Amino acid sequence: MDTKISTDRLKVFFGKAQVLKEITIAVHRNTITGFMGPSGSGKSTLISVINRMIDFENNVRIEGEAAIDGTSILDGSINPIELRRRVGTVFAVPIPLPRSIFENIAYGPKLKGTTDRTSLHHIVEDSLKKAFLWDEVKDRLSTSALKLSGGQQQRLCLARTLALKPEIILLDEPCSGLDPVSTAKIEDALSELKSEYTIILVSNNTKQIARISDFSAFFYLGELIEYNTTEKVFTTPTESKTEDYIQGKFG
Amino acid sequence: MIDRTVFKERFVKWVLVAFALSSLLFLFLIFLFILSEGLPLFLKVGVKNIIFGFKWAPTKGYFGIFPMIISSFLVTIGALVIGAPMGLSCAIYLSEYSGKKMKMFLKPALELLAGIPSVVFGFLGVIYIVPLVRNYLGGSGFSLISTSLVLGVMILPTIISISFDALVSVPKTYREGSAAMGATKWQTIYKVIIPSAKSGILASFILGMGRAIGETMAVIMIAGNALKIPGSILDPLRTLTGNIALELAYATGDHRLGLFSTGVVLMVIIMILNYIANFGIKRKIAK
Repeated sequence: MDTKISTDRLKVFFGKAQVLKEITIAVHRNTITGFMGPSGSGKSTLISVINRMIDFENNVRIEGEAAIDGTSILDGSINPIELRRRVGTVFAVPIPLPRSIFENIAYGPKLKGTTDRTSLHHIVEDSLKKAFLWDEVKDRLSTSALKLSGGQQQRLCLARTLALKPEIILLDEPCSGLDPVSTAKIEDALSELKSEYTIILVSNNTKQIARISDFSAFFYLGELIEYNTTEKVFTTPTESKTEDYIQGKFG
Repeated sequence: MIDRTVFKERFVKWVLVAFALSSLLFLFLIFLFILSEGLPLFLKVGVKNIIFGFKWAPTKGYFGIFPMIISSFLVTIGALVIGAPMGLSCAIYLSEYSGKKMKMFLKPALELLAGIPSVVFGFLGVIYIVPLVRNYLGGSGFSLISTSLVLGVMILPTIISISFDALVSVPKTYREGSAAMGATKWQTIYKVIIPSAKSGILASFILGMGRAIGETMAVIMIAGNALKIPGSILDPLRTLTGNIALELAYATGDHRLGLFSTGVVLMVIIMILNYIANFGIKRKIAK
């Protein structure tokens, strides 16, 4: 299988604390890969290396290598802003900007320099459809995005990410605050999207990972404990820690 | 024993309440006093003749303060034109760009700037700004532009500290959300952070205006105090506050009441500005 994102003995330190310990992983193109593990396992930190949002943290040291399509993303010559246009991120708490629905989605394309109204409209409609939100908001694109429900806001954030036409979508516990119906809608959208994108889904919800991901990685205290196809991880895990976590013995 | 501690606690609480309410009492007394002194003349001469009257000759029965109202607004707007961009830029730098060390250095410096007595500003204005304007732009130097320049600097601390508070209170998640969509720092600032902090920034401008319109000492020293509407930025002018401060020492009878009427107008203007500023801030919190 084709590798999209890879890390090689990646280590991350916050001050003196090491939060990622020699992570080596290869995430495959056009799949959904689930990252699971209890809090403090380092899964979110790994995400923040891939989108370089880790740049916003103070006192960070990174060792090892991380690459997209075989090209290093830690190299000083990489422009993190360019990178974030290729690597879209959806956060745990939906954070629409305090603007209209339309403006929220047009924000990214506008930053990239798209100003033509018709192409913007096209992008907005297309992105909202892909995020399964179009039918609910098509008549009120100019109302404030803050008026949407939590589930709708999260799909808006997904649509906003899609509008950037990224290659990779990172979702950091996107359904942690959502009801089952909203969660199902996001999951449906993701399953449709994987043919076009490489998706990493960080979640504490092992059932969700089992439902929609093709590959699963289990992290614990900064280490990658197990990584395999979701089927293997959930049916015949090689590590007892993984089994305990999946069965809910700790978390 | 327990009763005694309870009593002590209550006693402290009530003493504090009394002091807290006393500021309200003072405000009320000031209102009452100014209104009781200032209103009779409005009834006697007529609101229109005072507010829209052009001639101020209180010993001859003319109490028109229209030129002063206009002048007060002109210096205030002038101060804002100079102070708002400078203050907002400084606040943006402080909240978005500066490191901890720079902040530790700049914040106390601003507080110091706020603490400089206005007479010192006036003095510096007379010594440096007025001759500068006279030599390079013409006129006497005692002018609208000199006053605006000095007031613009004087309102900086107000604008900076309130804008700064508004900017830093923009949730971190907005910055991250914007950055995650590939926005540069400046794009995030002017497309997300400033619009989110808009009401707080506007409030800072309005409170800055309140400070400028109420400023007296520096203004008397630099404005030239001429009794007319300035025709250009190089003309001298007299503000509402200046009018009161200049004449109160020797005013008697209706003249003195005329100064109180000036005070009533000033107070109403400041109340309106404060109301607008509070309204802006409250709306932001409600959101």
